[in-house]
Amino acid sequence: MTNSNWEFEHSEAIFIIGSNTTEAHPVIGAVVERGRQAGATLIVADPRQTEMARRADIHLQHIPGTDVALLNAMMHVIVTEELQNREFIAERTEGYAELAGLVAKEYSPERAEQITGVPAGQIAAAARAFAKAGRGAILYSMGITQHTTGVDNVRSIANLAMITGNIGRYGTGVNPLRGQSNVQGACDMAALPGNLPGYQLVADAAHRAKFENAWGVELSTRPGMTLTEMINAAADGGIKAMYIMGENPMISDPDLNHVEEALRSLDFLVVQDIFLTETARLADVVLPAAAYAEKDGTFTNTERRVQLLRRAVPAPGESRADWQIIGDLSARLGHPLSYRGPAEIMDEIAGLTPIYGGVSHERLASGAGLQWPCPDRTHPGTPFLHRERFSRGRGQFAAISYRPAAEQTDGEYPVILTTGRILYHFHTGTMTRRVAGLHATVPEGYIEINDRDAAEMGLASGDKVRLTSRRGSLVTVARVLPTVLRGVAFMPFHFAEGAANVLTNAAFDPVAKIPELKVCAVRIEPVAAAGAPAVADAGQTQGGGVR
Amino acid sequence: MADQLRLTVDGRDVLVPAGATILGAAEAAGVEIPTLCHHPLLKPSGACRMCLVEVEGARGLLTACSTPASGGMIVRTRTDQVVAARRTVLELLVSEHPLDCLTCESTGDCRLQDYAYEYSVTGRDVAGLPNTPAADGRQAKLDDSNPFLVRDLNKCILCGRCVRICHEVMGYGAIDFVSRGATTKVTTAFDVPLEESPCVFCGNCLTICPTGALQAKTGRGLGRSFQYDRVRTICTFCGVGCSLDLHVRDGRIIGASAAEGPANRGLVCVKGHFGHDWIQSPDRLTTPLIRAGDGTFRRATWDEALDLVASRLAEIKAAHGPDAIGGLASAKCTNEENYLFQRMMRAAIGTNNVDHCARL
Repeated sequence: MTNSNWEFEHSEAIFIIGSNTTEAHPVIGAVVERGRQAGATLIVADPRQTEMARRADIHLQHIPGTDVALLNAMMHVIVTEELQNREFIAERTEGYAELAGLVAKEYSPERAEQITGVPAGQIAAAARAFAKAGRGAILYSMGITQHTTGVDNVRSIANLAMITGNIGRYGTGVNPLRGQSNVQGACDMAALPGNLPGYQLVADAAHRAKFENAWGVELSTRPGMTLTEMINAAADGGIKAMYIMGENPMISDPDLNHVEEALRSLDFLVVQDIFLTETARLADVVLPAAAYAEKDGTFTNTERRVQLLRRAVPAPGESRADWQIIGDLSARLGHPLSYRGPAEIMDEIAGLTPIYGGVSHERLASGAGLQWPCPDRTHPGTPFLHRERFSRGRGQFAAISYRPAAEQTDGEYPVILTTGRILYHFHTGTMTRRVAGLHATVPEGYIEINDRDAAEMGLASGDKVRLTSRRGSLVTVARVLPTVLRGVAFMPFHFAEGAANVLTNAAFDPVAKIPELKVCAVRIEPVAAAGAPAVADAGQTQGGGVR
Repeated sequence: MADQLRLTVDGRDVLVPAGATILGAAEAAGVEIPTLCHHPLLKPSGACRMCLVEVEGARGLLTACSTPASGGMIVRTRTDQVVAARRTVLELLVSEHPLDCLTCESTGDCRLQDYAYEYSVTGRDVAGLPNTPAADGRQAKLDDSNPFLVRDLNKCILCGRCVRICHEVMGYGAIDFVSRGATTKVTTAFDVPLEESPCVFCGNCLTICPTGALQAKTGRGLGRSFQYDRVRTICTFCGVGCSLDLHVRDGRIIGASAAEGPANRGLVCVKGHFGHDWIQSPDRLTTPLIRAGDGTFRRATWDEALDLVASRLAEIKAAHGPDAIGGLASAKCTNEENYLFQRMMRAAIGTNNVDHCARL
């Protein structure tokens, strides 16, 4: 995020798009609630009436995959009603004229209504409320990024923030809510194919030279593959071996039948994890790792704050911390990585990574954390970014046209399926489904179907339904609700039996390579209730227990 | 300066910003005032009357938590009159409170107990009042029908902190005061069990409950605050970065509580509060496993497993080049581990094929 968690308490308008904040980031949901009660206008764009949408002043219930059209129409209103922040645009940005020309000409709220399904008047009201606020923050999550237009969506959000001057100040910003405890840190540390730590570039000779000197090896200049590309390459034979640490692509990735085929075709698969996950079951070697409570180290949260983890209990049996396992393996591969502990590893990171330059375990012990960029040992950290200037100098507006999602509904697959998280479970469920209270609260997967659609299909809550996409089929339980948009259905992806990702589309954004998990086309059919035969790929989807 | 006020608390001069309360001024002066209903995240309510102080020139005693400080104020927090008033407040509260501290889960972590001790209130001081609600037929039933929270309304002192955090911070408003006078209680609409209410079981109400009226269901009977260590760490679930205290007794985690951190300010969600049992699951992997010829896994030593991994990766690299190997690091592992993982992939194997689930 450009800004910090608790700044939203003092925002005057909060625009949430593609984030089910109270369920997926509940404590930030609480901060937004405090902002709302203090008088901020809350605007939520979501195909479902989530708890946050229910609390909103304006709920824009748009069709999944139409975000660019919605955002462009908001900017159309801002430009044509002259609500833009002229001073910010003139002093801090470039490319405004092209964007303004495009949205003014092609994205009237009336045209956007045709695309998004949101009444033009609501789009205009949202645009006015956001543009007129002194401090406006935009929050988003995977509802924006997991599209073949993910980059377009994010750039449109940046356009909206810049056109209203809502960046570089307290209580504003472009704020992606990161979904896992250390997803920000894993990116910062360059668990990314094109980067070296701190977003230095593999393609930059000077950056590479710095790491070659420090590590005493020559580094490859060939660009690496992203996760989705590696899976495809594994299926095609380009990748022969994979080493997977603490991930479960057999639940989390799109088009699971394809993922399984890819992983099975590898010559060698190593999985390092805390449980024998669906992915680990396919491995040649499984290495037992310590959990977060069993080791020291740091996580970097969604507001770029590096914070200290402390070992509370010993790891079970012979399992070991991931850093110890990697160190021993790397030595066997001829590149010893031997450290006294995580604090010493962080010192090495700080020496090579300018944005972490001032980070050390010793400084973090106070409990305040340090928000990067933190370039040196006396720097207090950076609560919000882009105060004086953007990293590239001027902020670049991008004139972006709406492109439909990769897969469209048709007669055979008439319903848009979108996926996401629920409050009581986390990601692939390996942890939370082993917590008795959480499991008892939501024991099994389900699909949310609009009540009028369900009536037409002759479905009621608790009925078993068969879902089929172009990639796979499964059986789950229907929850019939008025809160999901007509023609749209929602499934949480936490559940291994009847896994939503059997259905999802692996088509990905051309730049970010992020798969389109938020839009695919499915068919929903009732499954005969009495005496229905057990379905192999459905697992425990018996009725009852629907909350 | 106009936006700063100078006043005196127990003889100490203090400068505070305009708008500060007497309680805030006392904190700035390093003077501790007892409170039960006050909480920094919540609007002042002045309900419990524990923070009464004497202000020169004011009629009667004032509640420090809800009275704005003003310039030149002379505040006294420990006069005989103040102490007597606080004792009376405590006597009335304790007269209605079960005295089962021997077995109460919150013993040692209870403000009412701490203040009763400090002010020598025994619960037998109020003539004519029964010392438990049971005596006049108001014994409330323990509510433990949900998996996360136990409510014992007999121990509730009606400070309203739980009600206010649910309304003012979490925004669910699952609970509120019902009835009046002596029959007032905190409950859900229509007194349904919590799981039938809008409650989402964040348990932030139990974090700030000053008594044992709200308790975590998991960990009951496994140890009280003076029997376990608190280890401050960061929650492993979403990216908010909430500070947590894991409760550790005899090498086992028996519970968790929200800690005051810059990212969460003492708040937490249901997973962070109650979702850590998996750490001690019998399903945890405890030895390396190697796939045997018949397709099943067999247990292996670390040396055996790591030697095998290193030799197979070296063979594949020799036969197909380093880019035939791909590595996925983890958004659930630490920075230090992700750094080492990508260093191993790049420096030891020689490929940039390293990624993780940031896109998922």
